[in-house]
Order: sequence, then structure tokens, then C-alpha cells
Amino acid sequence: MKKRFFRVLLVVLCITVFAVGCGKKNQVELNVYNWGDYIDESVLQDFEKKYNIKVNYDTFTTNEDMYVKVKAGGSHYDILIPSDYMIKRMIDEDMLEKLDLSNIPNYKYIDSRFKNLEYDPNNEYSVPYMWGTVGILYNKKMVSEKPTSWKVLWDKKYAKQILMMDSQRDSIGITLKMLGYSLNSKNPDELEQAKQALIEQKSLVLAYVVDEVKDKMIAGEAALAVVWSGDAVYCIRENPDLDYVVPEEGSNYWFDAIVIPKGTQHKKEAELFINFLCETDIAYRNADYIGYASPHTEAVKKLPKEITSKRYAYPLEEDLTNSEIFVDLGSVLKEFDRIWTEVKSH
Amino acid sequence: MVKSFLKRGYLFLLFAFLYAPIIVLAFYSFNSSRSRGTWDGFSLKWYIQMFQDRQILTSLYYSLVIGIISSVVATIIGTMAAFGINNMKTLPRATVMNLTYLPVLNPDIVTGISFMLLFIFIRLKLGFITLLLSHITFNIPYVILSVLPRIKQLDKNMYEAALDLGATPAVAFRKVVLPEIMPGVITGLLLAFTLSLDDFVISFFNTGSGVSTLSITIYSMARRGINPKINALSTLMFGSILTLLITINLLMSRQKSSKERTS
Repeated sequence: MKKRFFRVLLVVLCITVFAVGCGKKNQVELNVYNWGDYIDESVLQDFEKKYNIKVNYDTFTTNEDMYVKVKAGGSHYDILIPSDYMIKRMIDEDMLEKLDLSNIPNYKYIDSRFKNLEYDPNNEYSVPYMWGTVGILYNKKMVSEKPTSWKVLWDKKYAKQILMMDSQRDSIGITLKMLGYSLNSKNPDELEQAKQALIEQKSLVLAYVVDEVKDKMIAGEAALAVVWSGDAVYCIRENPDLDYVVPEEGSNYWFDAIVIPKGTQHKKEAELFINFLCETDIAYRNADYIGYASPHTEAVKKLPKEITSKRYAYPLEEDLTNSEIFVDLGSVLKEFDRIWTEVKSH
Repeated sequence: MVKSFLKRGYLFLLFAFLYAPIIVLAFYSFNSSRSRGTWDGFSLKWYIQMFQDRQILTSLYYSLVIGIISSVVATIIGTMAAFGINNMKTLPRATVMNLTYLPVLNPDIVTGISFMLLFIFIRLKLGFITLLLSHITFNIPYVILSVLPRIKQLDKNMYEAALDLGATPAVAFRKVVLPEIMPGVITGLLLAFTLSLDDFVISFFNTGSGVSTLSITIYSMARRGINPKINALSTLMFGSILTLLITINLLMSRQKSSKERTS
């Protein structure tokens, strides 16, 4: 009885190994690398059916992890969707292919506000995918008047009711903005002032959080929090007492964009994929699923008015006047590391 | 009386601390709202969505397949290695044991990146094979460390007695030695399986081509927030392991009581 069991088990294992090992070898395979939970899955299935190209979809946790894998060169990805500052870095290090925009006719639907951005000034390497801002999410019932400045996060009135982002570039960046400097500042004096401000603020902060901020704000555990606009849309939907504002000093506005790394063997198919993602219906489905702001003009028109009319979800031109995109800091990143370590361990 | 109460209380606190997160996790898998801040009513929608999510099911499949294959192969290799190490002289044995300890003590990220660089160097495309190879490799030391103590406790004369009585070495090994070391082998196997299932860093840097394990998929959701589908999946996994353990324990206790009755 035992013998038979082991024999059957062995056969099952062998079949599993062979079944996994032998796949369809004649189909073109596209390797896509994206953030987790950042696409409507059915979009991939539709692409596979329409063009008979298999999509191998991998996910990464941070831009830096993705960078390590792509730089080392083992995985041959055809499509990546990193963030703005990482794209700039990859362009500088000659890691990206130039796009042939004649193969991506749907590029015309991308809002001209989002073309010629600082990280890719001639639109040679990237096509925007999702974008958003960083701002203050506040509970209207717990905050006496509508915040207009980052300084409200340093207001002693709200001691222990403030949630800060556990992300060094975001937190140090908004502090620089509060002090009136650029959030890409490399000036040691300005950085020192930011560090002092953050250390001062520490006693007022309830917690430095990332993902937990949403649940905490929905449950009413804090009055003010620094969040990304996409998360704000979700939180406000769950708890109508909440509201979101981009302070007048300006903030960070961020982009995730689609790029093609060097060394791809399927450039034509990759451009086809980018064009597919820029089709109105597909862009709409992605924007609907992800909930972040889409740079696609027609997709935005298709979305329900309750979402697109909200300034926190789809900021107007004037909301972004003082806002900046993150730029790769290069060697100054070490300074940011040091400051953040000192703030957290104070 | 007070002493027994304190003992029971301490034990209860210990288990409560260990299991409270899992219970909360399971609780929120039935929450109809996505947020962990509010309870919006009982719902099975996350379970339904989980079974429809191709990415999660594929990751689960790969996690289990890699876990089973890597733990079985690592156990076979590790057991053979343990026998070899046991028969070595003092100095070579000490050297090999130190080499065995190194991967265990090494941080995962060092192991992960070094595997990745090795695979790139020999121009092996990152995918299922590289993932499997890296898992088998980091599992082997743990198997060796589980099996070696058992081999040391083994009575050498039993094996020789079996040979004297006419058994071939293969039969002697299978019928005499293997049952003696079986607890160590099973421990090694389960340890390897758990480590493989749990691993993130080494898997992340050594996979590609759409082969993703559960840990990678879940960690990748960190930026956007863990979807309650994962709560549903974790609850089901925990439930199945619990059922499996209870069944095994019941079977074993029934076997024991039947043995006691016949003896």
C-alpha cells in the first residue's frame, strides 16, 4: 500500500515537472514588469486574445528593486512601468530604448499637460500611465478649518493626530516645500533646516505609516495625514468626512510611465502593447480598477463625473503651479538617507 | 491552585499572542468593506474574487510546486550529504560543517543577489529553473542540520547486522537505517517546505518570465495596499494546514491505540 502510494506520488511529480517545463514555444512572449495590483487583469487577457502574444506579467515592490533586476540583466523584460525619477536615472544610464511613436498612434490621447515633462523632455522614452499628487488628507470633523499650508502638520493643536508618510523623499520633500524650498534641493543648509523641522515635528506625530494610513484615516484615528491622491480618492469614498487638499506651497506630483528597456528582442510587440494600453476603452478600464488619475483624455471623459469633477482626484492646472516632480538626486541621496535615519531614531 | 491557574494563563497568553493576528486576518477576510477600519457586514466576495484572480492562483500554484519539488530534492541531497559528512574525519568534517552553516547565517539578500549574478554569468535565463535551483540550494543546509543529529544517534551495528543476515546494502538502508532517521528527514522536509513557501528576497531576484511566487505577489501589493483577497487566501491556507495536522494527529493516535491494544 505504501509502495504504491510512493510510486503514484513520483509519477505525479514527474508529470508536474514536465508539464511546467514544456510550454508553447512558437508564440511571441512579452515580459511585462509592473507594480503589484496596478493593472486590470482582464486587459492582459484581451491583449493576448487580440494579438496572439503571450504576456508574462511580473510584479515588483519598489523602483529600486526593479532597477537592480533590470541592471543585472538576467530577465529580459520588454515593458517596465517605473516612476518618474527612476525613468530619468535609467535614461541617464542609457538603459532605455527610444520609442518609435509612429507605432503608438494612440499617444495622441495623452493630455498635452503630461508631455515634455522634466524626466523625459522630448517624449522619447516614456508614455505616462498613471499620475497623482501628494497632499493632506484631513477629517473635516476633527480639523477646525480647511488646511491651506503644510504648516498645519506642525500645529501643536493636532498633537498626536498627525500621520506622516514613512518614505524619506516624500516626508523630507514636503518639509522642504513648507520651508519654501524645492523638494529636489541639494543645498546642505536647506536640508539641515528640513531635518530640524522634522525632528521638531516628531513629538506631534502619531505614526510614520505607509499603507496603514488609509485604514487609520477611514476609522477616524487621526485628523491629518500625508497621502497620495489615489489613496485619498479611496479613503474619501469610504469615509465622506474626509477631504484632500494640495497645500499652496506646492507639493510633489508623480508619474508612473511605460518604458521599454534596452536589450528587448520584441520592440515592435512592446510598442504594440503600449499602444493597446492607450486605447480609450483599455485606459478607462485601468483607471477604473486602479483608481488613480489617468493621463488619457478620452478615458477621463468616460469616467463618472463624481470622480473626475473632484479636484483631489483630477487636479486642475492651478493646483499644480508650485508642484514639482521628483528628480533623481544622485549622490545627495545619501544625505537624505542620513537625515531620515536621524529623524526616525531621534 | 493558583499555580495551575498561572501556568494555564501563561500558556493561553502565549498562544493568544501567536494566533491573534491570524484570527484577525481571517475575521477581516469576511468583511464586505475593503478597509480594515470598519466592519461593513459579512461577505464572501473576497473569496469569490480570489478564485477569479489569475495572478494569485498562478502564484499559489508556483509557490506550492516550487515548495514541494525543492524540499523533496533538497531532502534527498541533504540526507546523502549528512551521511557523507558523518563518515568524514574530524578536520574535513569541521570545514564542511562551517561551509554548511554559512548559507544559514547569510542574510537573504546576499544569497539572493549572488544567485542572480551567478545565473546571469552562466547565461541562464531567470525563470522557473533558476527559481527552483536557488530554492533547492538554500534548503540543503537546513536538511543537513536536521538529519545529522539523527545519524549520530544511529547504532552502527544495526546496519552491519542487517548485512550479516543477508540483506543487500540497499535493502538494509531502506528497511533498517531509514526508519531510524525518518523523524530527522521529515523535520528537514517540512522545514525546507516552509522556508521555500515563505521566502521572498531570494525568489524575487531569481525569477522572471511571469513565474511569481505568492510572497512576491503579496509583497508587490505593498505600495497599493494588501487586497483582502490575500486575507481570504491566507485563511484558506491556514485552514487547510490546520485540517491536515488534525487529521494526521487523529490517525496517529488511532494507530497508537490500536498498537497498544494488540500488544
